[in-house]
Amino acid sequence: MPGSVALFIWCLGTLLELCFVVCSLVRKSFVRYFFLNLYFILSILTSAIRFLTLNAYGDSSEQYIHAYFYTDALLTLGLFVALISLYSHVFGELGFSKQIRYGAVLLLLGTAAFSYGVVRESEARLATKFAYELSQNLYFVGLVLTYILWGAVLKLREARARLVQFILSLGLYFSAYAASYALVNLADKFSVIRYLSQLLACLLPLSWSITMLRHTEDSRIATAPLVAVPR
Amino acid sequence: MMAALILVFSLATLGMFFVSYCRSLVAASSHHTLSAEVRDVTGIRAAAAGRDYQRVVQLLQLCPDRVDDRTNLRAVSLYHSLLTFAQHTAARLAPALLSWTERERAQCAQFAAVTLDRRIAFSREMLAQQAQL
Repeated sequence: MPGSVALFIWCLGTLLELCFVVCSLVRKSFVRYFFLNLYFILSILTSAIRFLTLNAYGDSSEQYIHAYFYTDALLTLGLFVALISLYSHVFGELGFSKQIRYGAVLLLLGTAAFSYGVVRESEARLATKFAYELSQNLYFVGLVLTYILWGAVLKLREARARLVQFILSLGLYFSAYAASYALVNLADKFSVIRYLSQLLACLLPLSWSITMLRHTEDSRIATAPLVAVPR
Repeated sequence: MMAALILVFSLATLGMFFVSYCRSLVAASSHHTLSAEVRDVTGIRAAAAGRDYQRVVQLLQLCPDRVDDRTNLRAVSLYHSLLTFAQHTAARLAPALLSWTERERAQCAQFAAVTLDRRIAFSREMLAQQAQL
Protein backbone atom coordinates (compact mmCIF):
# COMPACT_ATOMS: atom_id res chain seq x y z
CA MET A 1 0.00 0.00 0.00
CA PRO A 2 1.23 3.55 -0.63
CA GLY A 3 2.25 5.69 2.37
CA SER A 4 -0.19 8.00 4.10
CA VAL A 5 1.08 11.12 2.24
CA ALA A 6 0.73 9.45 -1.16
CA LEU A 7 -2.71 8.12 -0.22
CA PHE A 8 -3.81 11.58 0.94
CA ILE A 9 -2.67 13.22 -2.32
CA TRP A 10 -4.40 10.45 -4.29
CA CYS A 11 -7.71 11.02 -2.46
CA LEU A 12 -7.36 14.81 -2.79
CA GLY A 13 -6.81 14.52 -6.55
CA THR A 14 -9.86 12.28 -6.96
CA LEU A 15 -11.98 14.68 -4.90
CA LEU A 16 -10.87 17.64 -7.03
CA GLU A 17 -11.73 15.70 -10.20
CA LEU A 18 -15.17 15.02 -8.81
CA CYS A 19 -15.39 18.72 -7.90
CA PHE A 20 -14.82 19.72 -11.55
CA VAL A 21 -17.58 17.40 -12.78
CA VAL A 22 -19.97 18.78 -10.13
CA CYS A 23 -19.01 22.39 -11.03
CA SER A 24 -19.71 21.65 -14.72
CA LEU A 25 -23.11 20.25 -13.86
CA VAL A 26 -23.94 23.18 -11.57
CA ARG A 27 -22.83 25.75 -14.17
CA LYS A 28 -24.73 23.82 -16.88
CA SER A 29 -21.56 23.34 -18.93
CA PHE A 30 -21.28 19.56 -18.76
CA VAL A 31 -22.24 18.95 -22.39
CA ARG A 32 -20.24 21.92 -23.73
CA TYR A 33 -17.06 20.60 -22.12
CA PHE A 34 -18.09 16.95 -22.32
CA PHE A 35 -14.63 15.57 -23.13
CA LEU A 36 -12.98 17.41 -20.22
CA ASN A 37 -15.61 15.89 -17.94
CA LEU A 38 -15.20 12.49 -19.58
CA TYR A 39 -11.48 12.61 -18.81
CA PHE A 40 -12.11 13.28 -15.12
CA ILE A 41 -14.86 10.64 -14.93
CA LEU A 42 -12.40 8.16 -16.47
CA SER A 43 -9.79 9.27 -13.96
CA ILE A 44 -12.15 8.71 -11.01
CA LEU A 45 -13.05 5.23 -12.33
CA THR A 46 -9.36 4.51 -12.87
CA SER A 47 -8.57 5.47 -9.28
CA ALA A 48 -11.27 3.09 -8.06
CA ILE A 49 -9.96 0.23 -10.22
CA ARG A 50 -6.37 0.83 -9.10
CA PHE A 51 -7.36 1.04 -5.46
CA LEU A 52 -9.34 -2.21 -5.62
CA THR A 53 -6.51 -4.01 -7.42
CA LEU A 54 -3.99 -2.63 -4.94
CA ASN A 55 -6.08 -3.81 -2.01
CA ALA A 56 -6.63 -7.24 -3.46
CA TYR A 57 -3.17 -8.08 -4.83
CA GLY A 58 -0.61 -5.58 -3.43
CA ASP A 59 1.56 -3.03 -5.24
CA SER A 60 4.21 -5.43 -6.52
CA SER A 61 1.76 -7.89 -8.08
CA GLU A 62 1.47 -8.53 -11.82
CA GLN A 63 -2.21 -7.64 -11.64
CA TYR A 64 -1.55 -4.18 -10.20
CA ILE A 65 1.25 -3.45 -12.68
CA HIS A 66 -1.06 -4.40 -15.58
CA ALA A 67 -3.96 -2.41 -14.14
CA TYR A 68 -1.71 0.61 -13.57
CA PHE A 69 -0.17 0.80 -17.03
CA TYR A 70 -3.32 -0.02 -19.00
CA THR A 71 -5.40 2.53 -17.10
CA ASP A 72 -2.57 5.06 -17.47
CA ALA A 73 -2.62 4.59 -21.26
CA LEU A 74 -6.41 4.94 -21.24
CA LEU A 75 -6.19 8.14 -19.19
CA THR A 76 -3.55 9.66 -21.46
CA LEU A 77 -5.81 8.84 -24.40
CA GLY A 78 -8.65 10.57 -22.56
CA LEU A 79 -6.49 13.65 -22.00
CA PHE A 80 -5.48 13.64 -25.68
CA VAL A 81 -9.17 13.60 -26.67
CA ALA A 82 -9.87 16.41 -24.17
CA LEU A 83 -7.08 18.47 -25.74
CA ILE A 84 -8.46 17.85 -29.24
CA SER A 85 -11.88 18.99 -27.99
CA LEU A 86 -10.24 22.28 -26.95
CA TYR A 87 -8.84 22.53 -30.50
CA SER A 88 -12.38 22.05 -31.77
CA HIS A 89 -13.62 24.86 -29.52
CA VAL A 90 -10.93 27.23 -30.80
CA PHE A 91 -11.13 26.28 -34.50
CA GLY A 92 -14.78 25.19 -34.58
CA GLU A 93 -16.04 28.63 -35.50
CA LEU A 94 -13.66 28.70 -38.46
CA GLY A 95 -15.25 25.48 -39.76
CA PHE A 96 -12.21 23.26 -39.25
CA SER A 97 -13.79 20.71 -36.89
CA LYS A 98 -13.73 17.83 -39.39
CA GLN A 99 -10.10 18.42 -40.35
CA ILE A 100 -9.13 18.54 -36.68
CA ARG A 101 -10.81 15.21 -36.01
CA TYR A 102 -9.05 13.55 -38.98
CA GLY A 103 -5.74 15.10 -37.98
CA ALA A 104 -6.12 13.90 -34.38
CA VAL A 105 -6.87 10.33 -35.47
CA LEU A 106 -3.87 10.33 -37.81
CA LEU A 107 -1.61 11.73 -35.08
CA LEU A 108 -2.86 9.13 -32.62
CA LEU A 109 -2.31 6.29 -35.08
CA GLY A 110 1.14 7.64 -35.87
CA THR A 111 2.07 7.84 -32.18
CA ALA A 112 0.74 4.30 -31.60
CA ALA A 113 2.74 2.99 -34.58
CA PHE A 114 5.89 4.75 -33.35
CA SER A 115 5.38 3.37 -29.82
CA TYR A 116 4.92 -0.14 -31.22
CA GLY A 117 8.07 0.28 -33.29
CA VAL A 118 10.03 1.11 -30.13
CA VAL A 119 8.83 -1.86 -28.09
CA ARG A 120 8.26 -4.57 -30.71
CA GLU A 121 11.64 -6.21 -30.03
CA SER A 122 10.64 -6.93 -26.42
CA GLU A 123 9.35 -10.46 -26.00
CA ALA A 124 8.30 -10.21 -22.38
CA ARG A 125 5.39 -7.95 -21.38
CA LEU A 126 4.97 -6.50 -24.86
CA ALA A 127 1.47 -5.17 -24.18
CA THR A 128 2.46 -3.50 -20.88
CA LYS A 129 5.56 -1.92 -22.43
CA PHE A 130 3.47 -0.72 -25.38
CA ALA A 131 0.93 0.87 -22.99
CA TYR A 132 3.79 2.60 -21.10
CA GLU A 133 5.51 3.80 -24.28
CA LEU A 134 2.24 5.03 -25.81
CA SER A 135 1.42 6.91 -22.62
CA GLN A 136 4.83 8.66 -22.51
CA ASN A 137 4.76 9.56 -26.20
CA LEU A 138 1.21 10.86 -26.03
CA TYR A 139 2.22 13.11 -23.13
CA PHE A 140 5.00 14.57 -25.24
CA VAL A 141 2.66 15.01 -28.23
CA GLY A 142 0.16 16.63 -25.84
CA LEU A 143 2.73 19.15 -24.64
CA VAL A 144 3.66 20.12 -28.21
CA LEU A 145 -0.01 20.32 -29.26
CA THR A 146 -0.87 22.54 -26.28
CA TYR A 147 2.01 24.83 -27.17
CA ILE A 148 0.72 25.08 -30.76
CA LEU A 149 -2.84 25.64 -29.52
CA TRP A 150 -1.67 28.49 -27.29
CA GLY A 151 0.06 30.06 -30.28
CA ALA A 152 -3.21 29.79 -32.23
CA VAL A 153 -5.15 31.37 -29.34
CA LEU A 154 -2.84 34.38 -29.41
CA LYS A 155 -2.89 34.60 -33.21
CA LEU A 156 -6.68 34.34 -33.43
CA ARG A 157 -7.10 36.70 -30.44
CA GLU A 158 -9.35 34.18 -28.73
CA ALA A 159 -11.08 36.06 -25.90
CA ARG A 160 -13.25 33.43 -24.20
CA ALA A 161 -11.92 33.50 -20.64
CA ARG A 162 -12.83 29.90 -19.83
CA LEU A 163 -11.23 28.50 -22.94
CA VAL A 164 -8.06 30.58 -22.52
CA GLN A 165 -7.63 29.48 -18.89
CA PHE A 166 -8.40 25.84 -19.65
CA ILE A 167 -5.66 25.84 -22.29
CA LEU A 168 -3.16 27.66 -20.06
CA SER A 169 -3.82 25.29 -17.15
CA LEU A 170 -3.34 22.33 -19.46
CA GLY A 171 -0.08 23.82 -20.72
CA LEU A 172 1.09 24.31 -17.14
CA TYR A 173 0.13 20.74 -16.29
CA PHE A 174 1.90 19.18 -19.29
CA SER A 175 5.05 21.27 -18.75
CA ALA A 176 5.20 20.60 -15.02
CA TYR A 177 4.54 16.90 -15.55
CA ALA A 178 7.35 16.66 -18.13
CA ALA A 179 9.69 18.54 -15.75
CA SER A 180 8.83 16.23 -12.85
CA TYR A 181 9.33 13.19 -15.10
CA ALA A 182 12.80 14.49 -16.02
CA LEU A 183 13.57 15.25 -12.34
CA VAL A 184 12.59 11.72 -11.30
CA ASN A 185 15.08 10.41 -13.87
CA LEU A 186 17.80 12.81 -12.74
CA ALA A 187 17.36 12.60 -8.95
CA ASP A 188 15.32 9.54 -8.05
CA LYS A 189 16.81 9.30 -4.55
CA PHE A 190 14.83 12.32 -3.28
CA SER A 191 11.45 10.96 -2.24
CA VAL A 192 9.87 14.43 -2.41
CA ILE A 193 10.22 14.38 -6.20
CA ARG A 194 8.13 11.20 -6.34
CA TYR A 195 5.23 13.05 -4.72
CA LEU A 196 5.62 15.90 -7.17
CA SER A 197 3.89 14.24 -10.13
CA GLN A 198 1.06 13.14 -7.83
CA LEU A 199 0.65 16.71 -6.56
CA LEU A 200 0.73 18.05 -10.12
CA ALA A 201 -2.17 15.76 -11.00
CA CYS A 202 -4.22 17.71 -8.40
CA LEU A 203 -3.46 21.07 -10.01
CA LEU A 204 -5.30 20.44 -13.28
CA PRO A 205 -8.75 19.68 -11.76
CA LEU A 206 -8.19 22.48 -9.21
CA SER A 207 -7.44 25.18 -11.77
CA TRP A 208 -10.17 23.96 -14.16
CA SER A 209 -12.71 23.94 -11.32
CA ILE A 210 -11.75 27.52 -10.34
CA THR A 211 -12.07 28.57 -13.99
CA MET A 212 -15.47 26.90 -14.25
CA LEU A 213 -16.69 28.64 -11.10
CA ARG A 214 -15.13 32.02 -11.72
CA HIS A 215 -16.06 32.59 -15.36
CA THR A 216 -19.26 32.17 -17.29
CA GLU A 217 -19.37 31.17 -20.94
CA ASP A 218 -19.82 34.85 -21.81
CA SER A 219 -16.75 36.07 -19.87
CA ARG A 220 -14.16 37.63 -22.12
CA ILE A 221 -10.56 38.72 -21.56
CA ALA A 222 -8.28 40.79 -23.71
CA THR A 223 -5.68 38.45 -25.21
CA ALA A 224 -3.32 41.26 -26.20
CA PRO A 225 -1.73 41.51 -22.72
CA LEU A 226 -1.21 37.75 -22.48
CA VAL A 227 1.95 37.56 -24.55
CA ALA A 228 4.81 36.93 -22.13
CA VAL A 229 7.50 38.79 -24.06
CA PRO A 230 7.92 42.48 -23.15
CA ARG A 231 7.23 44.76 -26.12
CA MET B 1 21.51 13.96 -20.96
CA MET B 2 18.06 13.42 -22.49
CA ALA B 3 16.39 13.93 -19.09
CA ALA B 4 18.32 17.20 -18.59
CA LEU B 5 17.20 18.40 -22.05
CA ILE B 6 13.57 17.52 -21.30
CA LEU B 7 13.90 19.33 -17.97
CA VAL B 8 15.24 22.52 -19.57
CA PHE B 9 12.59 22.49 -22.34
CA SER B 10 9.73 21.75 -19.95
CA LEU B 11 10.88 24.40 -17.44
CA ALA B 12 10.98 26.95 -20.27
CA THR B 13 7.43 26.08 -21.39
CA LEU B 14 6.32 25.97 -17.74
CA GLY B 15 7.62 29.51 -17.22
CA MET B 16 5.94 30.72 -20.41
CA PHE B 17 2.57 29.15 -19.51
CA PHE B 18 2.83 30.37 -15.90
CA VAL B 19 3.43 33.98 -16.95
CA SER B 20 0.57 33.81 -19.47
CA TYR B 21 -1.72 32.20 -16.90
CA CYS B 22 -1.00 34.93 -14.34
CA ARG B 23 -1.45 37.61 -16.97
CA SER B 24 -4.83 36.13 -17.88
CA LEU B 25 -5.78 36.38 -14.18
CA VAL B 26 -4.68 40.00 -13.79
CA ALA B 27 -5.98 41.07 -17.22
CA ALA B 28 -9.54 40.48 -16.03
CA SER B 29 -9.13 43.14 -13.31
CA SER B 30 -7.23 45.75 -15.33
CA HIS B 31 -10.36 47.67 -16.40
CA HIS B 32 -12.09 47.42 -13.03
CA THR B 33 -12.74 50.80 -11.40
CA LEU B 34 -11.79 50.74 -7.74
CA SER B 35 -14.31 52.01 -5.19
CA ALA B 36 -13.56 55.28 -3.38
CA GLU B 37 -13.29 53.32 -0.15
CA VAL B 38 -10.53 51.06 -1.46
CA ARG B 39 -8.74 54.06 -2.93
CA ASP B 40 -8.80 55.74 0.47
CA VAL B 41 -7.69 52.74 2.45
CA THR B 42 -4.91 51.68 0.04
CA GLY B 43 -3.75 55.17 -0.88
CA ILE B 44 -4.02 54.34 -4.61
CA ARG B 45 -4.98 57.52 -6.42
CA ALA B 46 -5.00 57.34 -10.23
CA ALA B 47 -3.49 53.92 -10.94
CA ALA B 48 -1.86 51.21 -8.83
CA ALA B 49 1.94 51.03 -8.76
CA GLY B 50 4.13 47.99 -8.18
CA ARG B 51 5.15 49.16 -4.70
CA ASP B 52 1.44 49.17 -3.60
CA TYR B 53 1.21 45.40 -3.81
CA GLN B 54 2.61 44.51 -0.37
CA ARG B 55 0.43 47.10 1.36
CA VAL B 56 -2.73 45.86 -0.39
CA VAL B 57 -1.89 42.25 0.49
CA GLN B 58 -1.49 43.23 4.16
CA LEU B 59 -4.94 44.81 4.02
CA LEU B 60 -6.31 41.70 2.32
CA GLN B 61 -5.12 39.61 5.27
CA LEU B 62 -7.37 41.68 7.56
CA CYS B 63 -10.48 40.75 5.54
CA PRO B 64 -12.34 37.45 5.83
CA ASP B 65 -10.84 34.92 3.42
CA ARG B 66 -12.76 33.84 0.32
CA VAL B 67 -12.10 30.36 -1.07
CA ASP B 68 -12.72 31.31 -4.72
CA ASP B 69 -10.00 33.98 -4.90
CA ARG B 70 -7.43 32.39 -2.56
CA THR B 71 -5.73 30.16 -5.19
CA ASN B 72 -5.58 32.90 -7.81
CA LEU B 73 -4.14 35.32 -5.27
CA ARG B 74 -1.40 32.81 -4.42
CA ALA B 75 -0.53 32.41 -8.10
CA VAL B 76 -0.37 36.18 -8.56
CA SER B 77 1.73 36.55 -5.38
CA LEU B 78 4.22 34.07 -6.77
CA TYR B 79 4.21 35.96 -10.08
CA HIS B 80 4.79 39.25 -8.25
CA SER B 81 7.71 37.74 -6.31
CA LEU B 82 9.26 36.47 -9.55
CA LEU B 83 8.85 39.91 -11.13
CA THR B 84 10.44 41.61 -8.13
CA PHE B 85 13.33 39.16 -8.31
CA ALA B 86 13.70 39.83 -12.05
CA GLN B 87 13.59 43.57 -11.41
CA HIS B 88 16.45 43.32 -8.92
CA THR B 89 18.59 41.06 -11.11
CA ALA B 90 18.19 40.75 -14.90
CA ALA B 91 16.23 43.98 -15.37
CA ARG B 92 19.20 46.04 -14.14
CA LEU B 93 20.96 45.09 -17.36
CA ALA B 94 18.02 45.73 -19.68
CA PRO B 95 16.00 48.96 -19.30
CA ALA B 96 13.13 47.58 -21.46
CA LEU B 97 12.76 44.68 -19.05
CA LEU B 98 12.81 47.08 -16.10
CA SER B 99 9.81 49.07 -17.34
CA TRP B 100 7.98 45.86 -18.32
CA THR B 101 8.45 44.29 -14.85
CA GLU B 102 7.24 47.53 -13.25
CA ARG B 103 4.11 47.57 -15.44
CA GLU B 104 3.45 43.94 -14.56
CA ARG B 105 3.93 44.57 -10.82
CA ALA B 106 1.45 47.45 -11.08
CA GLN B 107 -1.04 45.05 -12.72
CA CYS B 108 -0.54 42.64 -9.81
CA ALA B 109 -1.24 45.49 -7.37
CA GLN B 110 -4.40 46.37 -9.31
CA PHE B 111 -5.48 42.70 -9.15
CA ALA B 112 -4.92 42.66 -5.36
CA ALA B 113 -6.85 45.93 -4.96
CA VAL B 114 -9.79 44.55 -6.98
CA THR B 115 -9.73 41.43 -4.79
CA LEU B 116 -9.78 43.68 -1.72
CA ASP B 117 -12.75 45.55 -3.18
CA ARG B 118 -14.61 42.25 -3.67
CA ARG B 119 -13.76 41.04 -0.16
CA ILE B 120 -15.00 44.27 1.42
CA ALA B 121 -18.25 44.03 -0.58
CA PHE B 122 -18.58 40.37 0.46
CA SER B 123 -18.03 41.21 4.16
CA ARG B 124 -20.64 43.98 3.93
CA GLU B 125 -23.12 41.55 2.42
CA MET B 126 -22.44 39.03 5.18
CA LEU B 127 -22.94 41.68 7.88
CA ALA B 128 -26.17 42.84 6.28
CA GLN B 129 -27.45 39.27 6.18
CA GLN B 130 -26.54 38.76 9.84
CA ALA B 131 -28.29 42.02 10.78
CA GLN B 132 -31.43 40.82 9.01
CA LEU B 133 -31.39 37.59 11.05
